[in-house]
Parts: sequence; C-alpha cells; structure tokens
Amino acid sequence: MSSHDSINKILLVALSLCLVCSIIVSTAAVVLKPAQEANKSLDKKRNILEAAGMLDESRGVEEQFSQVVTRVVDLRTGKYTDDIDPVGYDQRKAAKNSGQSDALTPEQDIAKIARREHYAVVYLVQGEGGELEKIILPIHGYGLWSTLYGFMALEADGNTVAGLGFYEHGETPGLGGEVDNPRWKALWPGKEVYKDDDVAIGLVKGSVDPANANANWQIDGLSGATLTARGVTNLVQFWLGENGFEPFLNNLKTGDV
Amino acid sequence: MDSVKETLTGPIFKNNPIALQILGICSALAVTSSLQVTLVMCVALTLVTAFSNLSISAIRHFIPGSIRIIVQMIIIASLVIVVDQVLKAVAYGISKQLSVFVGLIITNCIVMGRAEAFAMKNPPLASFMDGIGNGLGYSVVLICVAVVRELFGAGKLMGVEILPLVTDGGWYNPNGLLLLPPSAFFLIGLFIWALRSFNTEQVEQPDFKMAKHKPVEEGA
Repeated sequence: MSSHDSINKILLVALSLCLVCSIIVSTAAVVLKPAQEANKSLDKKRNILEAAGMLDESRGVEEQFSQVVTRVVDLRTGKYTDDIDPVGYDQRKAAKNSGQSDALTPEQDIAKIARREHYAVVYLVQGEGGELEKIILPIHGYGLWSTLYGFMALEADGNTVAGLGFYEHGETPGLGGEVDNPRWKALWPGKEVYKDDDVAIGLVKGSVDPANANANWQIDGLSGATLTARGVTNLVQFWLGENGFEPFLNNLKTGDV
Repeated sequence: MDSVKETLTGPIFKNNPIALQILGICSALAVTSSLQVTLVMCVALTLVTAFSNLSISAIRHFIPGSIRIIVQMIIIASLVIVVDQVLKAVAYGISKQLSVFVGLIITNCIVMGRAEAFAMKNPPLASFMDGIGNGLGYSVVLICVAVVRELFGAGKLMGVEILPLVTDGGWYNPNGLLLLPPSAFFLIGLFIWALRSFNTEQVEQPDFKMAKHKPVEEGA
C-alpha cells in the first residue's frame, strides 16, 4: 500500500479538495447573483407583456414596461391594498402559506389549486394620458401533469380578452404543450368572458363553429390534450370567477377600488 | 510540438469521441434541435472538459487511487455549476432552453472518460489540449446534426428563416421527425458511416462471423 492510500492522506485530499471547490462554487454564485436576479425579473416582465399581446421585440422590455403600473389586489375584498409591497411579495409562496391564503372547498376549487392566496399582484397597462388600457391578471391551475402558471390580459372593459399566455408548465410537448403555440394563443384576443354575469369563456372540443350563438365565448380545444384543455378552462373560469378576480373587476367597473 | 497538435486535432476526425468512442450520445440527442443552443452547449462542454483535464492532471500525483473517481467528479461538478451560473447570468434565454442539460454535463461520459483515460497519466498542458480537442470533436458532430435538424425540421438556422414554411405562406413542408430526439440517432449513424467509409482503419472487425446455414438432419 503506497503512502497515497493511507487513511490520513485520503481524508486530507478529500477535505482540502471539497474546501477549494466549495469556495469556487460559492464565489461564482454570490458574484453572479445580481445579474441572475436582473435576468429573472426581465424574463417575468417579458412574459407579462407577451401575455398582454403587446411585446414589441424592437423596443427594450424595460422601456415598454414603464407603461405598466403594478398594484396589489386583496382577493377577499376585490380592492387595491397598500399593505403589501409587490417587490418583495412572492405570490406563489403565499399560496402555500396558511397565514397568507385560504383553503378552498372542493366545490370552489375547480382549478385544483387547494389554497388561494389573499393578495394577488396585477399589472395595469396605461395609455399616454394615464387612462387604463389593459388589465393583466396572474392565473394558475392544474392541467394534466403540472400546474400551469400564466397571465391573462383583459381590455379596459374587464370583459374582452386581450391575450393569454403561460410562462411555466410541464404538459406533454406537442400535445398539452401546445398551449404555447402562438397560433392557438392568437385565438383568445377578442373573446368575451362574462355572459349574463357568469363566466362563460372556455375551450370546446374540436374547432369553434363561428355560426354558433356562443362562439364569442368559445376557444378551439387542443387536439390530443383533452385534460390539459379542461384544466385551462377550469383555471380561467376560477380566476375570473367569484373566488378569483370577479369582485375586483366589478369594483373596477364601478370605480370603487 | 507535433504531439500537442496531435492531441488537439486527433479527436476531431481520427479519434472522435462521439463517432469512434461513441461517448456522450445522450446530450447529442437532446440539445441539437436548434443550432444556437447547440453552440452554447458545445462551448460549455469544451471548457468543462479542458479545465477539468487541466486541474485533474495538475493534482494527479496527489490523488489517492481509492477515491480518484470521486475526486474527478467533484472537480467536474464544481466546474459545471460555475458554467451553469455564468450562463444564467449572461445568457438567460439559452440557459432556460438548455435547462437540465448543462447540469448533465457532469455525467457526460466524454468529460469523465478523458479525465480517467488521459488526464490521470499526462502532464497538464497536454491534458488541457486533449480536453479542447475532444470538446471540438464533440462540437463538430453536434453542429452537423443541429444544422440538419434545424434547417430541415424548422426551416431556420440560428432562428433566422431560411426555408419559408407552408404554415407561414412559404413552400417548405418541414419534417417534424427531425425535431424529435430519435432523428439525431439516424444523423449520427450517417455521420459515423461517412467517416468510416473515408477512414477505413476505423472500421471495427466483426466480433463473430455468421456461420453458413446447415440443414439439420431429420430425426437427429
């Protein structure tokens, strides 16, 4: 047995190597953290703009985002609140925390999310004169394999869809993953959400028949992805319904927010 | 100087890690559906192989034989984490597309294989060159595969439209199979075939020969 293989030598080499490597790795992580955080927030802003259908690749994301005002909505009352700072608020974490969210009963929980957070961060797109142009709402819910996270954009009337997009999901590529398909997403703008004060928007099996009286509230299904399509319908109906943003949208209409 | 050049260029065609050693196939299947992502992956792998070879070779006299694989893994894993962090900081979009595959460089057989086969027995400079050379050999195959897959699968190169697609009003009907991982198998197979028809000494001797069929005698 050579001196290299004595237990002391092995421990010494292993420990010093781990020490050196951990210093290198942690230095890299600490030094690069600010740039990574900046990228992450830029990516999120890009997703928000993309969902609203207003992403213009020729202009900087930050510049376009300057038109957007971030507000926090109390989902229990449907009103704006200043109790929460949107910068440090992690909505996804809050939805899991029992102090910051309410459990949903099985009848309420059509989007299969188990708990709904008290506060949601919404984005208001404003025109040149400061008037409201679009409302961007965060939505999430369960599809076939995964929770889909995305944004839904509504026109200022709070009823016409301006866009929909998911920025994170784990659905089957080519089937449920087609929720990312730009041609399918292009079917959403112009559709209506509420019919006689009920949420009527949803996906249908196959293609929408334009002659049908409900065509304005229907979107083509995704072929080969019945369960993902059902999940998308459920999560859209949940978040635009009475347990989601409906009270807020009603308040917005009457101006009482 | 000749031997340095030999270690650097040898792995590109003569001793290609993918085509001859058949290592690192898994990532070659996964990341080659778009050329831009492939290029980043190639640079990442080449750097990791080169620097892991360099550092392993520099400390090769101190590594106890009984834990040498673990030591190699720690060095490779640290380098991969650093590369992953850098990518997240400077090329966020691409790092999102590469997702788990940067992390999987740790288990890429080329990196491990070169560390064990070359860096443990050779001085640092030669090992560094061997790492760069093998990285380039890997890159050549991946880039060839990616060009074919992206051009004929999506009608684009580096995200720029080359063949206008039927769906966008053009004339080219894309071959969807090329965007799926199995197509990379066919392409790598064709690449190996082309390479071996050219360099006939790479053709392996068959392990056994098929015997001539002999009819069995009735009732035997």
